[in-house]
Amino acid sequence: MAQTALPASRSTTPPVNAKRWLGVLPFFLFAILFLIWPSARLMIDAFLDSQGRFTLANLVELFQNQTIVSSYLLSIQISAVTALGGGIFGFFLAYSVTIGGLPKVFRSMLITFSAVASNFAGVPLAFAFVATLGRTGFITAVLKNVFGLNIYTAGFNLYSFLGLSLTYMYFQFPLMVLIMAPALDSLKNEWREAAENLGATVFQYWWHVALPILMPSILGTMFLLFANSFGAYATAYALTGGSLPLITIQLRAQISGDVLHNPSLGYAMAMGMVIIMAVSTTGYIWLQSRSERWLK
Amino acid sequence: MKFFSWLRRARLWSGFWYMLGVLYFILPLYATLDFSLRIERDKISLLAYQKAFADPGFLQTFVYSNILAIITILVGLILVVPTSYWIRLRLPEARRVVEYVTTLALVIPAIVMGFGLVSVFGAPIKVPFTSIQLTDSLLNSPVGTNFIVVMGYTVLALPLMYRSIDTGMRTIDVRVLTEASQSLGANWFTIIVKVILPNLRASILSGALLTFAIVVGEVTISSILNVPAFSPYLWLLGQHKAYEPAALSFASFLLIWASMGIIQIVTGGRPQAAGAK
Repeated sequence: MAQTALPASRSTTPPVNAKRWLGVLPFFLFAILFLIWPSARLMIDAFLDSQGRFTLANLVELFQNQTIVSSYLLSIQISAVTALGGGIFGFFLAYSVTIGGLPKVFRSMLITFSAVASNFAGVPLAFAFVATLGRTGFITAVLKNVFGLNIYTAGFNLYSFLGLSLTYMYFQFPLMVLIMAPALDSLKNEWREAAENLGATVFQYWWHVALPILMPSILGTMFLLFANSFGAYATAYALTGGSLPLITIQLRAQISGDVLHNPSLGYAMAMGMVIIMAVSTTGYIWLQSRSERWLK
Repeated sequence: MKFFSWLRRARLWSGFWYMLGVLYFILPLYATLDFSLRIERDKISLLAYQKAFADPGFLQTFVYSNILAIITILVGLILVVPTSYWIRLRLPEARRVVEYVTTLALVIPAIVMGFGLVSVFGAPIKVPFTSIQLTDSLLNSPVGTNFIVVMGYTVLALPLMYRSIDTGMRTIDVRVLTEASQSLGANWFTIIVKVILPNLRASILSGALLTFAIVVGEVTISSILNVPAFSPYLWLLGQHKAYEPAALSFASFLLIWASMGIIQIVTGGRPQAAGAK
């Protein structure tokens, strides 16, 4: 085999050779078997009724069933809120360690912490927030004992929209930091100097120069954050035990639950999820490629 | 002068956000640690940790998840390293498709993937359009189920594994290394194992540790396929205990911390985010 490949010096037009594609065959075989086939199967099943006949009823029900529509909306809301909140907070954090003038040590600490936090999700994260903001949680207790403020009688509840959003933020804003820090690095000093020489104020520089350049990257990453929390299941389930009807939680109840049990409808819900994930991921990729025009 | 006063204000502004970020990071961890130490009334103790680690369920599920993680890492490496290498060396036109496929793995949520795997492999597999049965349902046997779980995890970890390895592959001159090895008479296996892999140590380690973090934290696929993994165990423990789950949560935080710390040290660069959300 080594002999046939010996003259590997770069030939300008490699011969069209199906054999070369054999090298990536295992990868595609794997992808087809364990990624494409299972997802395609759910998409197809969404169009079948329980007897295996073609039907559009599942898709129609997706839009007519009030519970399903509202669980889609709830998931979209929580993803949008945490993408926006996490995006803005993460941006300011990334700013503070790049052009914000904080010492270098702060930056490497923040980056490491962000890498850890964006991977700290699921069951342990839910338990951590119960220990923090639950009824007997640390912050709850401090606020009550030190400031005399009982957040639970004031209407706060960890197992609610706000509580889950605060929990999701823990893996959302670190992801923003990880992507925005390099983007902020590539803002060129010359741009600021040029703006200053022309008499621009700091506000004008940000509004007319820096933000327009950064905007595709900021928005793109927010799309990624959106997808990141839209597909989330474990954290929400571990925290609320299913009492907050996100689409992922409803989907599971529909396919394998005891009460709701209509797998075909569940498959249609899965298809809707994949479409929303695809749109938001495409938004991320498209905006990210646009941002590379200025930021390298 | 104006610039310097601006700089001072900017520092204050940065300091404010940084403090806020630090609080957000630290408080939940501190709260978890604090709670996990209070199993005994009016006394700080490690009893919750002793109890949690002494539970046979912990050891079984933790070992099981670690074995799954190791196998997933191996499968991922065997799949990704030769593919990425071959694309760099001979098949640049396949780059786009392969990247597209890895992105697809990001688009399919874990819960959809889990049910997809059940729906395909939970039934007997037939040759398409015939009734010739190839295998019985793979999910009937423990071996088959574990196999499907590993494949599912490999898909979940694929985007990060691919990016880690591909980034590493970019920094070495694949062509020169290959030609040099070939002229010394090495075959493909030798080239990949003895020449390419050692040059990719940092990327392999970071891909492996990210995969490890995903697999040990994963609860969706493991609970759908009903395998005795660590995270579903932790969740169940949380249903009837208070202090032990907090102890294990803090311990798993330390584990992730260690993994990411090692990645930071060996790559000196930016680790990525994934996680079982």
